[in-house]
Amino acid sequence: MSTDTKIIPSSLAIKDLPWQIAWDKDKCTLCGRCTAVCPVNAIELGVFRKRVVEVDINAPRQPGNVFKTFNGIRQRTAPAYSCVGCAMCNMVCPNDCIKPMASDEADKLKFHLNQGGQAERRGGRRNDPGGVLDRIKFIRISMLTDPALDAGRHEFEMRTLLGRIYPPEQNMEMLRTHGWIPPVREIYPLIIGGMSFGALSPTMWEGLQMGVAYLNEELGMPVRICTGEGGCPPRLLRSRFLRYVILQIASGYFGWDEIIHAIPEMQVDPCAIEIKYGQGAKPGDGGLLMWHKVNKLIAAIRGVPDGVSLPSPPTHQTQYSIEESVAKMIQSMYMAWGFRVPVYPKISGSSTALAVLNNLTRNPYAAGLAIDGEDGGTGAAYNVSMNHMGHPIASSLRDCYQNLVSLGQQNEIPLFAGGGVGKNGNLAANAAALIMLGASGVQIGKSLMQSAAGCLGSETRRCNICNIGRCPKGITSQDPRLYRRLDPDDVAQRVVDVFVSFDTEFRKIVAPLGRSTTLPIGMSDALGIDDKDIAERLKIKYVV
Amino acid sequence: MCRLIAITSDTPVSPMVALNALDVMREGHDGSGVGLFLRDLGGPWEDMKDAPILSGIFTEAGIRRLDNYMIDLGFLTKYKVSIKAPKVPPAGVPKRDLYLIRAYEYPEEWDGLTDFDRLSRLVNIRLKLQEMGREENDMIVFSFWPDTIMIKEIGDPMTVGRYLELGNEKLNARVVMAQGRQNTNYAINLYACHPFFLQGFSTMTNGENTAFVPIREYLMSRGEPGYTGFFSDSEVFVHILHYAQTHLGLDLASYKHIITPLQDADLESHPNGDFLTHLKRTCRKLIIDGPNCVIGVLPDNTMFMTQDRKKLRPGVVGGKPGMYVFSSEVCGLDYIMPDRDARTDFQPMHLDTAIVRPDRLEVNICRQTQRLSHLH
Repeated sequence: MSTDTKIIPSSLAIKDLPWQIAWDKDKCTLCGRCTAVCPVNAIELGVFRKRVVEVDINAPRQPGNVFKTFNGIRQRTAPAYSCVGCAMCNMVCPNDCIKPMASDEADKLKFHLNQGGQAERRGGRRNDPGGVLDRIKFIRISMLTDPALDAGRHEFEMRTLLGRIYPPEQNMEMLRTHGWIPPVREIYPLIIGGMSFGALSPTMWEGLQMGVAYLNEELGMPVRICTGEGGCPPRLLRSRFLRYVILQIASGYFGWDEIIHAIPEMQVDPCAIEIKYGQGAKPGDGGLLMWHKVNKLIAAIRGVPDGVSLPSPPTHQTQYSIEESVAKMIQSMYMAWGFRVPVYPKISGSSTALAVLNNLTRNPYAAGLAIDGEDGGTGAAYNVSMNHMGHPIASSLRDCYQNLVSLGQQNEIPLFAGGGVGKNGNLAANAAALIMLGASGVQIGKSLMQSAAGCLGSETRRCNICNIGRCPKGITSQDPRLYRRLDPDDVAQRVVDVFVSFDTEFRKIVAPLGRSTTLPIGMSDALGIDDKDIAERLKIKYVV
Repeated sequence: MCRLIAITSDTPVSPMVALNALDVMREGHDGSGVGLFLRDLGGPWEDMKDAPILSGIFTEAGIRRLDNYMIDLGFLTKYKVSIKAPKVPPAGVPKRDLYLIRAYEYPEEWDGLTDFDRLSRLVNIRLKLQEMGREENDMIVFSFWPDTIMIKEIGDPMTVGRYLELGNEKLNARVVMAQGRQNTNYAINLYACHPFFLQGFSTMTNGENTAFVPIREYLMSRGEPGYTGFFSDSEVFVHILHYAQTHLGLDLASYKHIITPLQDADLESHPNGDFLTHLKRTCRKLIIDGPNCVIGVLPDNTMFMTQDRKKLRPGVVGGKPGMYVFSSEVCGLDYIMPDRDARTDFQPMHLDTAIVRPDRLEVNICRQTQRLSHLH
């Protein structure tokens, strides 16, 4: 900064930023790749002036100052251009001479991310790396009381059911009288949760869909993927692959004009319909696709003009009560597919989840309930919603399951849990813990973006710029120059890798517990944690 | 691993026969308990098939409380066998005051009741007595049901048998089930000894049901007062059996379809695949897991053995018309029926249920892949 620069309240030094660029002059080739790749233009070519003391050995004159210049990398400090720590500069540098370093103290930037009164919006996740799921241990090992099962050799039936299950007596009565029995899908318990076409780039979406198709058709794993709220490409709607897809409808109804019109031409029924009422990342707030990402293709699929931000309302506008949404919305979605497709709501983890659940228990059409905890991800949301709103998934799910147990309806309304599953890379352990707490299945999103597409985001404020369409990996961008970086075939391959390895790890958890014949839903006696209060809250064992 | 022996015979046999067989197989149990179930009783009980029989262990005070309670209800003692144990029990066997087996006359005011109502009341009385016993620690009640005797005690089976003089001729029965317990996960508790009994159904198991907790939670919400206790992970087998037969009206072959259903490929080619898929889905909460050989008996004295999905436990059925023995080990069967044709012995595999009907003429084998005999 030059001496006469005016300091304004939002003038920041590099030290005030959460990420500081470490650049090594000696190794830099000045190729410029880092400045070209930076998604937020946080670095630029800098010309630096430097005083050098030169001593002439032959001493014809006194030692003196010489001013020289050199070229290098300069980090910008304006809030709009602050480094997000994605480290793409580091990835493209031929000499490994540059990388962002996390600040060693709390930054000052966060006080200034509201220029012009615009509250901070971003993508990604809650900035909190901790969580209860990682702390849960599987403690009930059958060792001598029971021949240990072999995860690699024995038969394992690890599928789950999506759909309303009647009590055995009622189901039999319906069979006998040829009454209506709700449709039920047998699916893999790890589900790819709703990430919309629009939030994700076309290459990412295609990669996920191809991976899912491969898992189903080549490996016999009935993995399902939810569309999120953004419609579904017309060709997919009319293909046989639709059976692997859960179509989501949310408060903006984006894409549903296209879907409804495609119904007569559908070759197969979709797996299910998810009605999104809430999302863990931003409970009580609607979906948001910022204008950066609304190009012609997205606009066409969603049935909207291009280049405008697409906020979904915080609530379904046609609804004024829970009865309205449960009774009417679920039923009208059933009606659209002739009562052959399960329809279930998705809500955000909340202390009011029990009220929703209790309502669903009295509705014979409700095919399940998906609960998304506070650690769920999003393509775009207000920072305050992401960081401070919501309920952790563990106790929300547990309360709901216990409630079903007290009603004797466990597994009749399957619960699907999501939000931060595998956020620290422990996907199978997190998923198994949730299932043993009572989930019939688990929804994942961010974890798969990290493992299958190399998403750089983290809970320690790295990257998380999914909202502006500048995803440096091309995962959440609609700019062809960016999403060309992502090869759909590679994504598909990684999706398959992730599910196959998950399957092995999951068996490695359940086999020592002596479980193989059925998914260990609600097997809470297998769980322990080293915190008395958590143990008591979740009704699992306290172990130290 | 526990040892199991079950005998079904046209002529009554002494429970000591079963205990001797357990002794032959003793390597497998640790003496942490023995349980006996006798039905289709012989000897003095022959003429009182309808009279409910109470079996249990009582302190002196407990007996007085029992008598007061039963008299208040209008029950009169019809016949009893009390086993006054010697003062000093053998090592490993706790000191008790009295082992009681007592048949009652129904109260007069029960005369107009249907069988269903009468039997339901018996269950409630048993549960009440058990609760009273827990409060004062003076009664342990195993069963209260017509034509049924149960004896359970901690200790080595043979030692307990001799100590209680179970060889006396008043205790013969045509259906005898016995288990020598190998304590696994749960505390040594008398109520955790197999066989378990509920309203005419009884089962015993050598294994560990690792899906115990979710199954227990489901059963507890069925609104059936008898689905209680749960002192052992194996207790749920009898509840599931009761549930399948009385609530769902299913036959014995379907029991196996509930506890270890077929997988998809088999269901697709099964003649009753559609029905069984529904059964699998709706009864998913009752699917067992872990290694288990289940031996059980129905109210009509049909005896059966079935295995877990992977057939991780031993189990054999052998005999000849008139008498069949279900045993966890072949040596137990050999001890009781050395003269049978061992070539006809059958070891049920992962899809099988071996059934001997009350006529005791043959061993029927139901494979899960077979067509169900009739659907209700």
